[in-house]
Amino acid sequence: MLQFNRWQTTFMLLIVLAGAYFTVPNFFAQDETPPGFMETRITLGLDLQGGSYLLLEVDTQKVLDDRLNNLLGDIRSELRGGAAAGGDRITFSGPNREGDTIIVDIRDEAQVDEALDRLRRLSTPLGGPLGGGFGRNLSVERDGASITLELTQEAREFYASAAVEDSMEVVRRRIDALGTREPMIMKQGDNRLVVQVPGDNDSEALKDVINRTGQLSFHMVDPTVSLADAQNGLLPPRRIMLPTEDDPSPFLVLEETPVITGDMVQTASAGPDQDSAGSFQINFSFDSRGARRFAETTRQNVGERFAIVLDDRIISAPNIISPIIGGSGRITGNFSAQESNDLAVLIRSGALPAPLQTIEQRTVGAGLGADSVKAGAEALILGFILVVIYMGVYYGRFGIYADIALIANVLMIAGALSLLGSTLTLPGIAGIVLTIGMAVDANVLIFERIREEVAAGKKAVQAVEAGYSKALSAIIDANITTFIAAAVMFYLGSGPVRGFSVTLAIGVVTSVFSAYFLTRLMAGRHVLANRNKQLSL
Amino acid sequence: MGLKLIPDNTHVPFMNVRMAAFGVSLLGIIASVVAFFVIGLNFGIDFRGGSVIEVGPAPGESFTIENLTQVRNATGELGLGSVDAQEIGAIGGGEDGIVVTIELQTSTEDFAQRCLDNAPQGIAGDEAEVANQIATACVKGVLIEELGSDIEERRIDVVGPTVSGELVQAGTRAVIIAVALMLIYIWLRFKWQFSVGAIVALVHDVILTIGMFSITQLDFDLSIIAALLTIVGYSMNDTVVVYDRVRENLRKFKKKPLTEVLDLSINDTLSRTIITSGTTLLALIALFVFGGAVLRGFTAAMIWGILIGTYSSIFIASPILQLTGVDRDWSKAES
Repeated sequence: MLQFNRWQTTFMLLIVLAGAYFTVPNFFAQDETPPGFMETRITLGLDLQGGSYLLLEVDTQKVLDDRLNNLLGDIRSELRGGAAAGGDRITFSGPNREGDTIIVDIRDEAQVDEALDRLRRLSTPLGGPLGGGFGRNLSVERDGASITLELTQEAREFYASAAVEDSMEVVRRRIDALGTREPMIMKQGDNRLVVQVPGDNDSEALKDVINRTGQLSFHMVDPTVSLADAQNGLLPPRRIMLPTEDDPSPFLVLEETPVITGDMVQTASAGPDQDSAGSFQINFSFDSRGARRFAETTRQNVGERFAIVLDDRIISAPNIISPIIGGSGRITGNFSAQESNDLAVLIRSGALPAPLQTIEQRTVGAGLGADSVKAGAEALILGFILVVIYMGVYYGRFGIYADIALIANVLMIAGALSLLGSTLTLPGIAGIVLTIGMAVDANVLIFERIREEVAAGKKAVQAVEAGYSKALSAIIDANITTFIAAAVMFYLGSGPVRGFSVTLAIGVVTSVFSAYFLTRLMAGRHVLANRNKQLSL
Repeated sequence: MGLKLIPDNTHVPFMNVRMAAFGVSLLGIIASVVAFFVIGLNFGIDFRGGSVIEVGPAPGESFTIENLTQVRNATGELGLGSVDAQEIGAIGGGEDGIVVTIELQTSTEDFAQRCLDNAPQGIAGDEAEVANQIATACVKGVLIEELGSDIEERRIDVVGPTVSGELVQAGTRAVIIAVALMLIYIWLRFKWQFSVGAIVALVHDVILTIGMFSITQLDFDLSIIAALLTIVGYSMNDTVVVYDRVRENLRKFKKKPLTEVLDLSINDTLSRTIITSGTTLLALIALFVFGGAVLRGFTAAMIWGILIGTYSSIFIASPILQLTGVDRDWSKAES
């Protein structure tokens, strides 16, 4: 059993060569890969190349709340027989929202059927007019004279998932606008986003841009309400009071209903302020609908003020001097270049469908990353040398075989990581160092067994044969237990722990191959060629 | 001809000292449990929540003791509860830095005005999560104010209450699942008595490692969970090698008393146990010395775990077989 046929030998050598082949591109820059090699590379984790990792949570409940609140209005207008409904007025009390359900009580028993019919019209198929297979968004049930409307389970999932997808798009646009290289944005779980931005960047600026809702709207200012009244809570209906950013008055009272909303803004860019040197402004233009509305509003309200509101703060409140009909405008307000740029990005990328909050952040500077790479590499090389010397000294010729297998092992680990395009983290390097220490375990088991067999009086060939076959069950058991630990880490771990578990698991597989088969190939050839000599072990 | 540090035919009567070993382990476990409940683990922000900011000096400069005092005074007045500033590396020496740890915030109620004034805009969401973000931004601002704007921003970690709670759960679950899977594996491969011995040894290793972290007050973070799982894997590995030999010897020497079979098996595998621990420790020591501060806690846990794991497979896992007794008839159980 010590002999491998030519095919087996070739196959084993090919595996090792493949490891080397896939490792080589790592030593070249992206566009300098030597001809004949593939783009197989190990990606350095953010902890090694520097960068920011953000875990964001989308407030999906907010999206459902918005839906339900809009529904309240729709229910009222349907029952009142508005233009859309075109029917008689139905008298009702409510609608009342209780948690995620809405209940309407119909006063007149005779109108309940009609009311049910009308309210059923509010239920639409999910996924737009063409959406099939998703079911409908509302369940409308009658119970005596009261009607209960509830978002279906499918609708909740659909809206929540749509909100997460939309948020992902918005975040992607915003990060792209920052000009960072190769950001990675992924969905995690039901309502989370992972954002990874490599490189040395300002994490605060990144979060500033990502976390802001970016809800833009244009409102008319109501100058008739005194600020003192408003501050004492004496606000007329449908009026709101919002803080200003750059205005003599700290607050302004606005009409609650916006004239124009942010989704009608088509483009936005930053530029120098035409009127005040050194300060910057944001130029924007509306789509056709917005342009029409803006023109109409400004024509009707010459001499009045309107307010530009971003995330519940008034960023600018200019006077309307003359009608603006071109469909474009500018926001001024003493902005710095950075501020105007950030605002332009926010406006351009659109509003987040729901608030996003950062629940975890890990930022590593490029300097620390480089230090870690250096430290990891030093530890790897030193650990490797120590183990190689130890094995060589302890087992002589057989130790050298184990050392050659160890080199092959490291090549195969690197090759596997490159082929999988895995991300190497600092704990991942620790995993490799640890694998180097543990990889020789199989050889130790075998060699110790061979020594025993020799001591028991066996001849060289028989001893080596017995050593390999008898140590096998222990090797397999031992490696499976390590593999189980790595698998558990992979499934339950996050980020760095995963990186560690991946290298550990790959190391287990490659080390069994190299320590068992490769050394057997070498040891087998040696003892078969020197069958009568004393075994040097 | 290679070296032989461990003679071929050792006859160390391990089983004779098993009661002493049990006693020592029991004392260690009691000490660990007491330390865990009295002193407690020094949880890192992964599990406790909060934030850590590490800064390095401007290029070509180094921090002084005054810098550290400055930072301590300034951050202490922010109303952020416990803010701990430490120097790492030699102050005035090479790679020095200042690490500021901010405890988990629950609300912005007590925050100093300067934190609220400079709070990043538009942070939405849960009060505690927002408070953490504001506190981190505030301390970062203060560091720049005190130490100059060209300091090197090395590391900022913020872990909110949601995530830290999840990490505690995931970590605990991972250790329990790993131990359970090991138990099942051993049970399938050997017999239940072996399972019991292996599991007692594993739990022993995990408890002693947690005890070590309670006593030394080293940061207990996510990487330590990874270390614990690896220790579980390694200790199991060690135990399995001995058990494998026990099984073989049980078949070979059907009439030999169990104690002798166990002693023989431990002695047979002794040189392997020691050499493998040796190579693993060599690699770990390289990692400990050169691997940098980030990995130090992890490596410390691993080194300790390898020592404990090796000890437990010899002195705990095998003697347990003596206590539970083993079915001597293996003829039909294994092919």
